[in-house]
Amino acid sequence: MIAEKTRLAITGAEAVAHAMRQINPDVVAAYPITPQTPIVENFAKFVADGIVDTEMIPVESEHSAMSAVVGAAAAGARAMTATSANGLALMHEIVYIAASTRLPIVMPVVNRALSGPINIHCDHSDTMAERDSGWIQLFAENAQEAYDLTIIALKLAEHESVLLPVMVNQDGFIISHGVEPVEILPDDVVRNFIGEKKPRYSLLDVENPVTYGPLDLYDYYFEHKRQQVEAMENVFEVFPKVVEEFAEISGRKYNFIEPYRLEDAEHVMVALGSTNGTIKDVVDELRAEGKKVGLLKIWMYRPFPKAEIQRELYGRKTVVVLDRSMSFGAEAPLYAEVKSALYEAPAKPLMGSFIYGLGGREILPEHIRSAFEMAVAGELVVDDQKYLGLRE
Amino acid sequence: MAINIKQLTKEFSDPLSIGITSGHRLCPGCAAPMTVKMALMVAKHLGYEVVVGLATGCLEVSTTIYPYTAWSIPYIHNAFENAASTIAGVETAYRALKKKGKLPVDKPIKFIAFAGDGGTYDIGLQALSGAVERNHNFLYILYDNEGYMNTGNQRSGSTPPGSETTTAPVGKAIPGKLQLKKNIVEIVAAHENVYAATATVGEPFDYMNKVEKALKFEGPSFIAVLSPCVRFWRIPEDAAPSITKLAVETKYWPLYEVEKGVYRITKKPRSFKPIREFIEKQGRFRNLLKHPDADRIISELQDYVDKRWERLLALEEATRDKPAR
Repeated sequence: MIAEKTRLAITGAEAVAHAMRQINPDVVAAYPITPQTPIVENFAKFVADGIVDTEMIPVESEHSAMSAVVGAAAAGARAMTATSANGLALMHEIVYIAASTRLPIVMPVVNRALSGPINIHCDHSDTMAERDSGWIQLFAENAQEAYDLTIIALKLAEHESVLLPVMVNQDGFIISHGVEPVEILPDDVVRNFIGEKKPRYSLLDVENPVTYGPLDLYDYYFEHKRQQVEAMENVFEVFPKVVEEFAEISGRKYNFIEPYRLEDAEHVMVALGSTNGTIKDVVDELRAEGKKVGLLKIWMYRPFPKAEIQRELYGRKTVVVLDRSMSFGAEAPLYAEVKSALYEAPAKPLMGSFIYGLGGREILPEHIRSAFEMAVAGELVVDDQKYLGLRE
Repeated sequence: MAINIKQLTKEFSDPLSIGITSGHRLCPGCAAPMTVKMALMVAKHLGYEVVVGLATGCLEVSTTIYPYTAWSIPYIHNAFENAASTIAGVETAYRALKKKGKLPVDKPIKFIAFAGDGGTYDIGLQALSGAVERNHNFLYILYDNEGYMNTGNQRSGSTPPGSETTTAPVGKAIPGKLQLKKNIVEIVAAHENVYAATATVGEPFDYMNKVEKALKFEGPSFIAVLSPCVRFWRIPEDAAPSITKLAVETKYWPLYEVEKGVYRITKKPRSFKPIREFIEKQGRFRNLLKHPDADRIISELQDYVDKRWERLLALEEATRDKPAR
């Protein structure tokens, strides 16, 4: 029981386990996979010690984890799971079903490279494979954000005009296993913030029977898909309210994006996840050298905050996009979408695409500096995908 | 519960009271809705509310074509291979919300999953095993029509040897499916603390008694119901009950149950008919019967069902009063 704001030295995985402890979900179904395991291990200990009264389902696969969570959420329960990489890929089929069934499931995803070849370290190929699944996708920069965004995600998911599942991404090992100071809110404050789940349709409401998951053919499927688009659009209205309320209880302000030293920046880097921390340091160094550089961190990747990105990037000389995953035979995901967002720009910036950190490859300040230097020197080539830290 | 047909007819005179209604789009003569109806009548008669979970398959697609539903009780379909894990999630939510005092209506609820043989023997086997191992309180009813009938008669792990399917057709070189049907009841019964049984629509009282036992069993229970597909077994629309009676009389589908390791044969015909009679009654074996290897295959099948029956008798004897736990 935490009654006052507490600062703990914990990992990102532990921070998320604490968020889950405070959420106290009715059902958690999970299957172990590196580097997600410490979330589930820590949470299982809370269950075993009676600190939460969650029913845990130690399923035999991630496919069953997502399936059981769908069943539990349809039964009106607050249901959660967590996964990584191949586990997320194994869930893939049910990830789509969870979204189209409009079940507000929150799933921490500890990002890890997808096989093959098999690898256990961080990149974003796992979550990028789900970007069209209909889930909201949030990215944390550090353990504090992983904790905060998990709590924010729950309130956002359950909002009646949203009712969509949310993935809260944190970089595998870098965030999940790195110890940092994390401020944990008082339990009752979190509980008041998230409130009680009030499901409109529950399988357990036997007096009002509902059919979940009917066969939906050419006469209705299309309309239902359109409704999912609308729910995503509603996120643009609901999310600012949720993060404002969260700021009131925590003092920490979130948004779709975080501009860093953008005020007069001519050269802007765009990135997801933990690398933003390193980029901020490099920006500070380059600023000290008199270079007009800045960072645009993306907190919410789905729905894609196009308007906010346009607002921050219009008028810049260059835009450098860092991707920790690839789309073989096409532009990298984040680059492609930022580029597309700038289609309507009155004066188009010069753009560069940089792939980094695949399979956990280290990303160093000098890599980021080299990308900025190319931008400053006007050496970016729009359709030339570059690689940071790769032996070629 | 002594089942009294007159009483059941009276009790369920309102078609909405059973849980599945007419107007669904299953083929005339399909045994799947009978399998469902009999189970739901037992559950309702015993005073339970029921939530059902379905695997993708004929029963699912034909009963819930949006915006219609043939179900007047809570229903969930998730995907093909996860009926067991989905219903496990629902059942766990029930326990969790009950414990926290957050149930919308507090009535005794039973959770029943219905799945075909593809969703059970093949693609759903892992989810089923996991849910049984975790000791969820649910009943899993397999409607076994021995093939992927919803997609047009493809071979499954349940298809018997020599049966004509589109993916194991009877050809000049290969006389149809060569392998025996998987013994699904033994697989499920090999888990700890489980009630597993066979049944068929041709023996409704035997089936309904097993449903009662299964619902009252504390822990997971499983009933494999031989449930003909009249279309791809190529039998007349009214033949599902009679052909499954014959399946029992030819030892093709022995009726038995295994409760915590204790075997009990629930129907012992005084005399048996040859397996050839069961085969000759069905169009799905027509090409096998014309095949030069037909006699050998049928006699091997006869030998198999004879030995299996002897084994069952021995198991019944050996496990009497010796529950595994």
